[in-house]
Amino acid sequence: MDTKFAFGKTNEVNSLMEKRRRNGLVWHLVFILSTSLAILFLILLLFSILDSVFGYTALRDTVSPTVLVPGKDHVKEFTREELERVVTEKLSSGILRRIESEKSISEHSDKELVSLIEQYIVKPKVLKTWGFTDSLFHASEVEAFVAGEEDSYALFRSWIHPSFFVGDQSSDPLHAGIRTALLGSLWIMLITFMFAFPIGVGAAIYLQEYAVDNRLNRVLQLNIFNLSAVPSIIYGLLGLAVFVRSMESVTSGSLFTSLTDNTANGRTILSGGLTLALLVLPIIIINTQEALKAVPDSLRMSSYGIGATKWQTIWYQVLPVSVDRILTGTILALSRALGETAPLVVIGASTFISVDPSGIFSKFTTLPIQIYQWSARPQGAYRNIAAAAIVSLLILLLVMNSAAIYTRDKISKKKRLES
Amino acid sequence: MSSTSYAQVVSADQANNYKETVIELKDVNIRYGSFLAVKDASLSIYQKHVTAFIGPSGCGKSTVLRSINRMNDMIPGSTLKGQVLFNGHDLYEPQVDAVLVRRKIGMVFQKPNPFPKSIYENIAWGARINGFKGDYDELVETSLKGAALWDEVKDKLKQNALRLSGGQQQRLCIARAIAVQPEIILMDEPASALDPIATGRIEELILELKNDYTIIIVTHNMGQASRVSDYTAFFMVDEKRTGYLQEYAQTEQLFLNPQHKKTEEYISGKFG
Repeated sequence: MDTKFAFGKTNEVNSLMEKRRRNGLVWHLVFILSTSLAILFLILLLFSILDSVFGYTALRDTVSPTVLVPGKDHVKEFTREELERVVTEKLSSGILRRIESEKSISEHSDKELVSLIEQYIVKPKVLKTWGFTDSLFHASEVEAFVAGEEDSYALFRSWIHPSFFVGDQSSDPLHAGIRTALLGSLWIMLITFMFAFPIGVGAAIYLQEYAVDNRLNRVLQLNIFNLSAVPSIIYGLLGLAVFVRSMESVTSGSLFTSLTDNTANGRTILSGGLTLALLVLPIIIINTQEALKAVPDSLRMSSYGIGATKWQTIWYQVLPVSVDRILTGTILALSRALGETAPLVVIGASTFISVDPSGIFSKFTTLPIQIYQWSARPQGAYRNIAAAAIVSLLILLLVMNSAAIYTRDKISKKKRLES
Repeated sequence: MSSTSYAQVVSADQANNYKETVIELKDVNIRYGSFLAVKDASLSIYQKHVTAFIGPSGCGKSTVLRSINRMNDMIPGSTLKGQVLFNGHDLYEPQVDAVLVRRKIGMVFQKPNPFPKSIYENIAWGARINGFKGDYDELVETSLKGAALWDEVKDKLKQNALRLSGGQQQRLCIARAIAVQPEIILMDEPASALDPIATGRIEELILELKNDYTIIIVTHNMGQASRVSDYTAFFMVDEKRTGYLQEYAQTEQLFLNPQHKKTEEYISGKFG
């Protein structure tokens, strides 16, 4: 058989080549398009959040500064003498006593007095808020609104500001802060890490290095994969039944000490942390197993070859080269826990607490719960502080993930250079 | 006068040829699951000699090698029937600790696999985990000298071993193996991943090492087997892909005067 022209004549080869090239180009474009779409959505998400964080706010003072000190439109223009006078005269006696019990009025700085007056006497109320784009392009709308409302004025405001991070929870969106929720989130993370990391890494080492390939272990492995895909609210139900109800004496701390806040009823940081530890456990196990799998077998063999035991091989050879991946996987799993809302709502995290969590037996709220709660309120300004809290949560996540990348790079760089 | 000289010659000859069996395989059958990888292998390995295992791919020579320091234990499903005697003791008795076996019978692998640690630590680690109480600096130096690597690395002992060339890495692996003072060193195609110059160095090293150690080497390179070994075992594979020992003799005899047709065909390059 003559196969000389089986691939076609020269012009056929060329036209086929053209077709193949075009085909490749189309797919190339499809991939570029999908990447661009993904980036576009991300930008939209970020934009919609940031849009609510900055913008004009229409306010109306309950008591105008001019009434307090005639002729002065802003509290900031008050003299020291006027500030002290207004504080002592106009503050309700209860609040005044509380403030003076910390330090006397004369010891407060001007700035502190101004914020006291604004918070307790002037008490501006939010009438309406505008997003960043509206503030930029529809400024006339803002002016018209302010002109239509008696005694109102507009301010360009950033809802995220230093005192937002350290402020108490408050029913006034202008003064509400996320300190309690932030502390709650950090406490929960600590508990989650302390339980999920050792148990997860231990289980992964067993499954990857010790377990023989039999039916039981294959079933175990399959179940761990399945568990990592279980909806988080189910972990919340589990946590409610086990940690909050059955183990109440442990999780409320009443077993150990009588000094705890017994209104928590087991809905404590410990319960929340343990619930989230259960949630991320399968993820940590899978990530750690992947890290151990990536260690070449030749390393284990060379270790056994000079008379090392299994444990010496794992501890001195396998873990040092996989620790960076294990830590990265763990931090990513913790980032997931940081953003979880549903399981904590189910086990009964507090929605409004004014006291900072002081230990593992405290009641708590977390950032996602705070965001959820704020965004559910009808008043416009809560949407703005919810957005500001979202930005804070994103910053925290970004810090954690950067820490993961930094740790990994640092450890692998160290491995490359010396020992 | 002439009779005494004759006696002297004979006794000297006997001393030269005096050989003590250190490893003895008796009817060894190795299975991976239900697959019979090697059947009925019986041979003796002599102390302070180099024994080469040759044969076509899949003939089970590496499997037999790994059975000598129980490295096959690492492969799930592998089982061994028969006896592997080390100084008269069966290594597969239930009370024998495989870790101790591997400490006495070291191994060098096909692909150089130093630990991703410093050169110094590569040598010292094996000694440390085995409870060495002597001078580590001295141990590192003698081990590296023993592997003919000292002069090349003495100024960079803190450097990561992975930065060495392939040939240097393999000699480091040999140094690492001798640092725990084994009696036997198993080498699984130690030069197959190296260039000819590095290969030559490894071969020289093997000839030096046999003054102190018993060496068993698996190789695909017939020239290498004839250059370095005193004894050669030729393994073949049957139609069921089961390996068996076809011929075992002094290297010179096996290469110059093979007793089996298969051996002759293999060493003359007709298949393999």
